[in-house]
Order: sequence, then structure tokens, then C-alpha cells
Amino acid sequence: MSVRLKRILAAAAAIIVLVLIFAFLQALLVPKYMESTQEGAMIAEYYDEPVSHDVLFVGDCEVYECFIPSVLYQEYGITSYVRGSAQQLIWQSYYLLEEMLERESPKVVIYSVMALKYGTPQNEAYNRMTLDGMQWSKSKWNAIKASMTEGENMLSYIFPILRFHSRWSDLSSEDFTYLFSKDPVTYGGYLPQTGVVPKTSTREGDKLKDYRLPETSMAYLDKMLKLCRSHGAELVLLKSPTNSWKYWWYDAWDEQVFAWADEHQVGYYNLIPSDWEIGLDWDLDTYDGGIHLNLSGAEKLSSWFGKILKNDVELPDRRGQADTDDYYGKMAERLNQLKEKNQNEQD
Amino acid sequence: MAFVSFAFILFLVVLVPVYYLVPKKAQFIVLLAGSVFFYAFCGWRSLLYIIAATLNSYLFARWLSSAAKKENGRVEQMRETWSRDERKAFRVTSKKKRFRILVLGLVIGFGLLCIPKYTAFTVSNINAITGASITIPSLLLPMGISFYTFQSMGYLIDVYREKTECERNFAKYALFVTYFPQLLQGPISRFSDLSPQLLAPHDPEWDRMMSGFLRILWGYFKKVVVADTALLAVGTILSDPETYNGIYVFFLLLLYAAQIYGDFTGGIDITLGISEMLGIYVKENFDHPFSSLSTKEYWRRWHITMGTWFTDYVFYPLSVCRPMQRFSKWSREHLGNAVGRRLPVYFATIVTWFLTGLWHGASWNFIVWGLLNCLVILISQELNPLYEKFHKRFPNLAQNTFYRHFAMIRTFLLMGFIRTLDCYRDVPLTFSQWGTMFYAPGFSRLFTEQSLLGLNGWQWLLLGLSLILVWQVSRNSPNDAPLRHRIAARPVAGIVVAACLIFVVLIFGSWGIGFDASQFIYNQF
Repeated sequence: MSVRLKRILAAAAAIIVLVLIFAFLQALLVPKYMESTQEGAMIAEYYDEPVSHDVLFVGDCEVYECFIPSVLYQEYGITSYVRGSAQQLIWQSYYLLEEMLERESPKVVIYSVMALKYGTPQNEAYNRMTLDGMQWSKSKWNAIKASMTEGENMLSYIFPILRFHSRWSDLSSEDFTYLFSKDPVTYGGYLPQTGVVPKTSTREGDKLKDYRLPETSMAYLDKMLKLCRSHGAELVLLKSPTNSWKYWWYDAWDEQVFAWADEHQVGYYNLIPSDWEIGLDWDLDTYDGGIHLNLSGAEKLSSWFGKILKNDVELPDRRGQADTDDYYGKMAERLNQLKEKNQNEQD
Repeated sequence: MAFVSFAFILFLVVLVPVYYLVPKKAQFIVLLAGSVFFYAFCGWRSLLYIIAATLNSYLFARWLSSAAKKENGRVEQMRETWSRDERKAFRVTSKKKRFRILVLGLVIGFGLLCIPKYTAFTVSNINAITGASITIPSLLLPMGISFYTFQSMGYLIDVYREKTECERNFAKYALFVTYFPQLLQGPISRFSDLSPQLLAPHDPEWDRMMSGFLRILWGYFKKVVVADTALLAVGTILSDPETYNGIYVFFLLLLYAAQIYGDFTGGIDITLGISEMLGIYVKENFDHPFSSLSTKEYWRRWHITMGTWFTDYVFYPLSVCRPMQRFSKWSREHLGNAVGRRLPVYFATIVTWFLTGLWHGASWNFIVWGLLNCLVILISQELNPLYEKFHKRFPNLAQNTFYRHFAMIRTFLLMGFIRTLDCYRDVPLTFSQWGTMFYAPGFSRLFTEQSLLGLNGWQWLLLGLSLILVWQVSRNSPNDAPLRHRIAARPVAGIVVAACLIFVVLIFGSWGIGFDASQFIYNQF
């Protein structure tokens, strides 16, 4: 072997070793989101889905804490997935949807409208929880570009170690346990909350200076509609039931969304006034005083909304299909185990 | 463009290969283009300032050079005709004329520095003294202006003194002023040292490139691992002076010493490392300052190029200028030989240190800092006969390890003590904090969570280990035979050390989101 070849091989070996060390350190230092802040693990779980879906939910906590795909399946035969994440901004929802529509052909896309109030990038931590879990594609690139707050840069999304390097002093057993593989934290994208904190305040939301929904948000809503129609999917807008001044849905916003939906012949369901009809009890069905629903609230809402969907949109009943029966059956079983565990802990 | 930024690393990754790929004659053009591009990141206003400073010193140097040539030509022409006295008289007149050109160039050059840097300070002092309420202007302070102004003014004086040939090519001269690695925090180079190297052709050589690369990485280590971790604790102490007084002021002294050492020497390591990769050897700015045995020695080892600039262009000219000679004569006649001999030197020393303080920043804390350094140096000088007597009495003491360490620690603490003026940036507050060290040290607060100063146990461990590493490397790395040269000579060792440094800086460095310490302290000057 010539000296030159030896040098080339040595250099190649050195580079491979360096890349492996880099990859290992990156895997170690990025947050795993398995035991705390599980919202950060949700987006990546979509890629493990073994079945395709007729209904896709996109949006923030108003979808991933409200709709349970296993309930929709078991009660109505609707196959669905919730691609939600904390404070998911509309452009993030758009690019997530763009990515999903490359992979499957749903009949209905349900978008939760609460995030329309944000017209600019908001929070770096939430950005990371939504964007880091996406697989690399043009959609991810565009989602990052649209979402970056001041001080963020694309390179740190390409190499997350550049963002999370300072976690070296906060590493815990979770980081080692889930170094190479992770457990699912969601149930078809639904993240259950089992606590109960009743609503106490009757306050309404604070007054705003400007009640107009940002132009950027509305422009992305236009784009989302175009995207859905180009893929033969029906877009449906939804406002989940909430009952807290901290998360207030103003009438002015509702009117703007309603007008847009009317203009574009899009279905819009504001479920806030339907809480009694759904059967929600704000003393029992919320885990944070009316801001979000807990598991029992989500079950009630899913059951009620499934019926609406079934009536208003033509969706096939997939029950009896071996793969979906198996998949959603196991999901329901996992959820029951969680409920039992929770019940035992309470007892 | 900050050294601690992805943009700067990308800039280097592009610039260094391009520098070696272009024809050698064009290498300096690549450097100039790169330097202008680098500085343009500071904003167009800053760019205008540096262009003005460069043009001013270039044009005045050309004027001085042309005046000197005319003078020499005339003397040559009249060699046969003029008597010796006539020649001398002509020389004197011409020199005066050149001196006036120099003064005009210096006034404009230093004016460009003083207007943005000292206007607000001057106005606020006028307001304070006279009770006036003149609006304090908020002017942009261009990055690195103190460094490039001193460098270009040094060149102008050297041309006047005919120590340096005037550069006729504007692009070549502009590169001397704007050379990007040293633009923001020095060192302050001399034209005769730097320019020939900037213009000479260079080939890439493994050992030199690796050595430079290692030095850059070491600089980043000192900056983002040592200095910026120490900064987290320093910031905690400074954020609440009422809580963190007494013994914590002593901690501040130690931690700020670590911070400023890591910050400034780290920045200079990056500067000199980049230059080394480009085949350019810039003068060292530090020579193990914390191992100094006296204040005077410390100032010969810390920020060397600034010290020599003030010595060459302020202290010496001031000491030997005609008014000073007259003052010296007068004081010897009226105050006696002992006092008369000292006064001019003292005066020149005080002025030099006053200006050194002022150079560091337009605020009283820097001026007081400069004058306190001056006071310590003058007292040491006065006590010198006593030291000599003492050492004559104990002749072996100077070589005694224990005594040497005592002297080293004494100097370190004294310098650190004065340096805390730079931390609080408020003279009365600094003095009162110093007071608490003695009358209310509060030792009982030492073993509380408060004493962690915002760092966790791992971060303290990291800081401690990093300081030990810096100390060990520094001990084994004299400026004339640095450790990196020995490592770079062995390719495998070079790659392994470089890889380790990259990972250490990447993971343990206090940089990125959540840290605000990306700017070097001396960038502000």
C-alpha cells in the first residue's frame, strides 16, 4: 500500500470517526421529550403511522388535546390522525400539511383556527418542538424559514447540537434511555391529559387594540385551501370548545373566520357554544381550569364531533378492515391501560 | 461580523481557500476585499468612518512624504550653493512645515475617533460642572475605531519621522488599516512589521496552517468556554451589588481576571491564528501576563502593542519635547535636582496613563483605572531603592520559588483589584464595594446557594478544569516555542487535538441561544 493511499485512508477514517462522534453527541444532547414536555415528541411520530387516514387534523393544542382517533374509529369507522403541536403557527400547519399530502390522500383536513391570531414567529422553544420532529424536505426548510425568531438560524435546525449543546450539564437518565429509540407518547397524535382542574373564573378575555386577524395568517389560510383542493381534500375549519379568559376566542375573530369560510365555501365549526350539547362539564372535563380539555372531555368531544363529521362529510366506514382494526384497536387498548393506571393512582 | 458567529466561520471557510487559489499577486486583493466585506457587516456608517480614517492617513502620509522629498531634493540641488547654516535653517523651516502637516493629519485622524467616542462624555461632564443642560448626543461608535485609528496614526508619525516609507498604492495601504483579523481588537501593528507580510505571496503549508488552526480553536476555547462561563458568574455579582458585596468582590476580582484573560487573549489567539493560516505573523500582544512579578512587568506583558504604542508615540515624545525640557530645567533649578529630575518623567507618565485610561473608554472609571495603575507604577519606582536594599540584604530571595510566587500573586491581586473598576463602571460604587471587602466581608454567606453565583456544579467544574488547562498550556507554551507548533508538526496529533477542541468548544462553550456573551470585551474599545 502506497504512503499516499495510507494517508487517504487515514484521513477518511478520521473523518468517519469524527462524524460518528458528532452524530452520537447530537443524539445525546437533543431533548428526548419522553418524560416531560412530551409535546416535543409528537410531530416525529407521524412517520411511524402504518395506515393512511381519511381525516387529518392540524393545529395547536386545540387539536392534539381534543380529538382521539381511536374514538373516531371505534364509533364511526373514521381513520384519522392529529398532527398537532404546541402553539403550532398557521405556516407550520401549512407546511406540515404539505408534507403529509405528499404521503397520503385524506378526504378531509381539519384546521384549528385558534392560531390564526399569530401573524409573526412567536417562540423559539415552540418552534423547536414543531420543527425538529419533521423529516428533512422542502416543506421543513420552508417551515423553518417562515418560523425563525430573532437569533435563530437555519444551521441550528440542520445540526440541532448547535442549539442544544448547553444541555450537557442537564443530561438525565432519560437522555441515555431514549438515546437510540423512543416510545410513542401520543395516540394517533392525541396527547392525553388525565388531571382535573375545574374552571373557577368567569372572566372574559382582555380587550385588544386590534381585532383584525393578521394578514399573514389569512394568506396562509388561502394557501392551505388551495393546497387541499389541489389534492382533492376538503378543508374544514374548527374552533374547539374552551372556556377561559386566558385563551379567549373573540367574536370579532369568529366573524372574520366565518366570513372567510362563507366566501370560500368552507365548513366552519365553532364548538364553543356547543359545550352543553357535547356534554362537557367544566368542573370535570378540563385539566387547567377551562383552557384545555382532559381525557374525559376529549372523549366526549371526539364522540360528538365524529357524528357531525359523519353526517356532514362523506367518509367511508373503515371498520372491518384488518389493518385499521388492529391499529386503532391497539391504540384504544393503550388508552384504556392509561385510564386504568390513572384510576388506580387516584384510588 | 462577530468572531463568535456562524457567519464568521463560514467567511473563513470561503476566504482561506480562495486566498491560496488565486494568483499570488492577487492574494492581497482577496484580503482587502475580505476585510471590507467583513467590516461592512458593522454597517455602512462604520464603513464610512474607516474609509475616512484610511484616506486621511494615506493622503497626509503622501503629503508628508512629498514634502520630505522636496526638502531633500532642494538640499541636494543647493548642496554646492548653500552654506552649512543656510542648509540647517532650510531644514528647520521644512521640518516645521512637515510638523504642521503632521499635526493637521493627527487632529483630523484623532478627531474622527474623538467625535463619536468622547462627545457624549465631554457634554455630560460640561453639564455636570456648569449645570447646563446640553442635549447629550447619541453617536454611533464604529467597531474597532480605537484600534485602527491608533494604527493609522502610528503610521503617519512613522512617515513623518522617516522611519517608514510612504505607501503610494492606496489599496495596499488600505489593507494595512483594514486587515480584518486585527480590525476589531488589535493588536495595534506597525506598518513596517505588517504591510510587507500582507503584500508578500504565501503558499499553504500544512504545519503552519495546522498551527494557525489550533491557535484559532484555542482562542475560541478561551473565549466561549473560559471567559463566557466566568461571565455568567461575573454577571450575577454585578447584577446585584447590594447582595454581592464583601467577599463576593474578591470573587469578582478572580472571576473577572479569568474572564478578561480568556476573552482578550482568546480574541488575540483567533486573530493571530487566522493570520498564521494566511502566512502572516502579527506581533504577539501577550506574554504570560499573570506570571509577572511586578506591575511594570505586567504592563510589559499585557496588551503589549498598546503599551508600546503609548510609549513610542506619547511617553517618549512628551518626555523629550522642548517645553518638557524647559520644564525639567526650571524644576531642577527651583525644586532641586532630585525633584526636578523626577517631575517631567512623572508628568509624562501621568499623561500617558490618563490617555491609556481614556483610550479604553469614555468614562471616569477608565480614567481612574489608568491613574491608579500610574500611581502603583510611580510608587513602585519610588520604593525601588528600598527594594534594592532589601534584596541586597537577602540576595537569594529573588530566586526563591516561594518569594516569586508571592510576588506573582501580589501583582495579580493588585491588578485584579484595580481592574474591578472596569466591571462596575461606576467609580463611587467600586470604591464602596472595595470597602465592603474589609469592613463587611460576610464570610458566613460563603456556603449558601448564593455563592454558586448562578452556575451549577457542573459549570463550576468545567470552569475550574478549563482554567487548569489554560494555565498548564500557557506554562508549556512560551511565545518563541509554542506548544501548538510541536503538535502541528505531527499530523495525527494535530488532527486529534483539533477535533477535541472543536467538540469541547461546540458542547461546553457558552454560546448560542440563552447566552448573550458573543461579543468580545475589547470590541467595545
